[in-house]
Amino acid sequence: MAQAFDANAQQSVLAARAQEALALAKHLGADAAEVGASVDQGVGVSVRLGEVETVELSRDQGIAVTVYVGQHKGSASSTDAGSDSIRATVEKAMAIARYTGEDPAAGLADAELMARDVPDLDVHHPWALSTEEATELALSCERAGREVSGITHSDGASLSTGEGVRVYANSHGFWGTQKGSRHSLSCMLIAEDDNGMQRDYDYTSVRNPSELRDPADVGREAARRTLRRLGAKRPATGTFPVLFDPSMASGLVGHLMGALAGGALYRQASFLCDRLGTPLFPEWFSLEERPMEMGAMASSPFDGEGVKTRDNRFIEQGKLASYMLSSYSARRLGMQTTGNAGGARNLRLRAPLSSFETLLQEMGRGIWVTELMGQGVNSVTGDYSRGAAGFWVENGEVQYPIEEFTIAGNLEQMFADLRAVGNDTDTRGSIHTGSWLIDNMTVAGS
Amino acid sequence: MTQHTSNLDQAVATLLTPGGLDLNGLETGLSHAMSAGIDYADLYFQRSWQEGWVLEDGQVKEASYNIDGGVGVRALAGEKTGFAYSNQITADALMDTGKTAASIVRSGKKLPGQAVTPVSAAACYASVDPIAGLSADEKVAMLKQADRVARASDPSVSQVSASLSGTYEVVLVRASDGTLAADIRPLVRFNVSVIAVKNGRRERGSAGGGGRYSMAKLRDAGVAERYAKEAVRQALVNLEAVDAPAGQMPVVLASGWPGILLHEAVGHGLEGDFNRKGSSAFAGKMGQRVAAKGITVVDDATIADSRGALSIDDEGTPGQNTPLIEDGILTGYMQDKLNARLMGMAPTGNARRESFAHLPMPRMTNTVMLAGQDNPDDIIKSVKRGIYAVSFGGGQVDITSGKFVFSASEAYLIEDGRITAPVKGATLIGNGPDVMGRVSMVGHDMALDPGIGVCGKEGQGVPVGVGQPTLKIDELTVGGTQS
Repeated sequence: MAQAFDANAQQSVLAARAQEALALAKHLGADAAEVGASVDQGVGVSVRLGEVETVELSRDQGIAVTVYVGQHKGSASSTDAGSDSIRATVEKAMAIARYTGEDPAAGLADAELMARDVPDLDVHHPWALSTEEATELALSCERAGREVSGITHSDGASLSTGEGVRVYANSHGFWGTQKGSRHSLSCMLIAEDDNGMQRDYDYTSVRNPSELRDPADVGREAARRTLRRLGAKRPATGTFPVLFDPSMASGLVGHLMGALAGGALYRQASFLCDRLGTPLFPEWFSLEERPMEMGAMASSPFDGEGVKTRDNRFIEQGKLASYMLSSYSARRLGMQTTGNAGGARNLRLRAPLSSFETLLQEMGRGIWVTELMGQGVNSVTGDYSRGAAGFWVENGEVQYPIEEFTIAGNLEQMFADLRAVGNDTDTRGSIHTGSWLIDNMTVAGS
Repeated sequence: MTQHTSNLDQAVATLLTPGGLDLNGLETGLSHAMSAGIDYADLYFQRSWQEGWVLEDGQVKEASYNIDGGVGVRALAGEKTGFAYSNQITADALMDTGKTAASIVRSGKKLPGQAVTPVSAAACYASVDPIAGLSADEKVAMLKQADRVARASDPSVSQVSASLSGTYEVVLVRASDGTLAADIRPLVRFNVSVIAVKNGRRERGSAGGGGRYSMAKLRDAGVAERYAKEAVRQALVNLEAVDAPAGQMPVVLASGWPGILLHEAVGHGLEGDFNRKGSSAFAGKMGQRVAAKGITVVDDATIADSRGALSIDDEGTPGQNTPLIEDGILTGYMQDKLNARLMGMAPTGNARRESFAHLPMPRMTNTVMLAGQDNPDDIIKSVKRGIYAVSFGGGQVDITSGKFVFSASEAYLIEDGRITAPVKGATLIGNGPDVMGRVSMVGHDMALDPGIGVCGKEGQGVPVGVGQPTLKIDELTVGGTQS
């Protein structure tokens, strides 16, 4: 049942469609145009309590066209890729461009910034997996988790595998294409005691299937994470240091990058407006972007408008060294693009790293946060207030699970109060970081 | 209903005719999915047209148009689901997707086909193309009006962004149980967001709303001016906000949009799938007390023209008003066909999917707490020290432990029975069943939200509504910074 997917053939088809759309835009009077086209295909299998629950086959495609008529911009997109539909999409983009205002900053990125060569970054590793094999992997993952004593119930395990091709082309004559793959396996389990049920999960997500973690290990880790939450209490209200688990710390990096994004800055919707060159973190902390890293989750030689990507240093020895800009936001701010149309690619910390035990020792008495809930982050002011669950730490040792509390502060103060970073780096996403120990946050509990 | 017949004709013309199909051709299509061992199969055809406009700096900066469509084919066998979809709506695509979806079982009984029964449902909204309701010039004029009104409202307003969006969606469902149903779903939304700067402080305010009707109705209702003024008002309030308190205290929720409390604290926990699987904190509590006396909560898809309304759900079941909690007692779950069948219950018209490329699940429509007896002023007066929360950003729930959060974007202190200083946004956290037991006063001022909700579940977003009267919760944890 594995569907045939010839990535190279798809690449040619998409490139031809993109060229067709660009030619049509020019023919209809566009001064400049850009086109993104993609095809993704995948299989997802989920199992629960030892039985198959769903088998999903996905195949998504789309084409998005932006035209510029003078300094007026219009966009249209479609999931239908026939020639009639391409024509309709371009015509719609042209029609709608008549109603947008004249924007001096509108337009393609400068031609000389286009990526010249597009090397293979080792991010395409398709997995020819039958439904039966996928099912067996998910079943063995859940089975290992359910075998752990104390696990009473399961929310199931899922395996998904997919690959895709995307093409970006513009009227400078640039066109770039990338093939990519992603495979993941996750498991969520439930345990129960007199206080009620708790659930938690674990997952593995990779570009190359040979790097997928052992399914049984994922299941057992999901069980361990679930069981350790049983018997949770509520912490007292007060001010304590907070240790953020790596996956929670990567969320803090995400909030930072959101505030450094050009779109937030020119709209004055960031708490980091006008802060370039000023200290934000302790001096020992730097943050960089490595878009050309081989095999990494977000690697790409060109950004969302064809600009050659480059290594960026956003935080240099604690200081805010660079914003994250596309050419549009750069023009609005009177700056140069940083090759970040479409966001940051592969963020890495440069900081001295401590073992988790050292972080606990350094914290002494406080809160280790392993889960955050809700959207309580105000990007305009940096005010931060989120629901949390985790563990109470006393004398540098984990005491008992805690839940139903909030942690609050302001991101600017939290960044300044970063005391140490752990060596327990989570490499599953595009942001790689270990745990973060932050002084003095307000905890609201019982 | 005449609208029903014309919807079906229009759906056939829009979805099937272009690919050379007709209603008879669907029988063959369905038979590929209803192979041996399959209990139930359905075909879901959809096409949507979406238009969006964004104004910034007094000018329309972005205008976009999106066309999406295809068919999703689902085959069920016991608790197993097979699913495939295609962007093409042709006989070949139905054969490929049908065979793929049915491949979850290899053997079993081949069930006979059921006679086609066109679903008759009362229309909860008009079958209009909302995008065609205004000309492009009129849309631009609305956005510019919002910008002018916001900037004229207060000198501290430094940035104004306004957006207008509309979706026109045509849906056709054909299922092996004989269901044949069509729906035409308009959806519009207008939004204004401002940044105000004063004395070195910068704050955002935003307001918006919409529903299942034409863009013309947005204009006729004067939303550009109303939401512009409301967004500025909220930003100015936030410019004066002091740090929020931290800890447990009484919380009064205003009527309307703060009903996301219901959505998070009880709504998700009463969706059929979580209860069938036993993963909800409410599992096995049917007939038991799960909220204080006097509390009645319904999920009502039939509220005319509302954002959460559904004339038929995405399995072709008519939208309904489903009681969930009556006078504090749990009386109903929200069901789709799969979970209803496995739990021996009836579907409630709550099967929803983001698109043809997603599987349907039990989802909320408009989740509403009915009005009580209390005067809202008396509710405020009854609080010595607490929080009055008026507007919220969003929420989240862990349905297994029952813990939920929602984040206030406009809130005030209550001191000695009076509303005093505005406080900065703070997250409120509680446990669904506990909190519903701590509601001690229910206002007589039930209001629906203005039409802004999006609910996410397993990666699928669908438009929803909430509504509630002013409520007093005796104790809830407020996540401010002042401990």
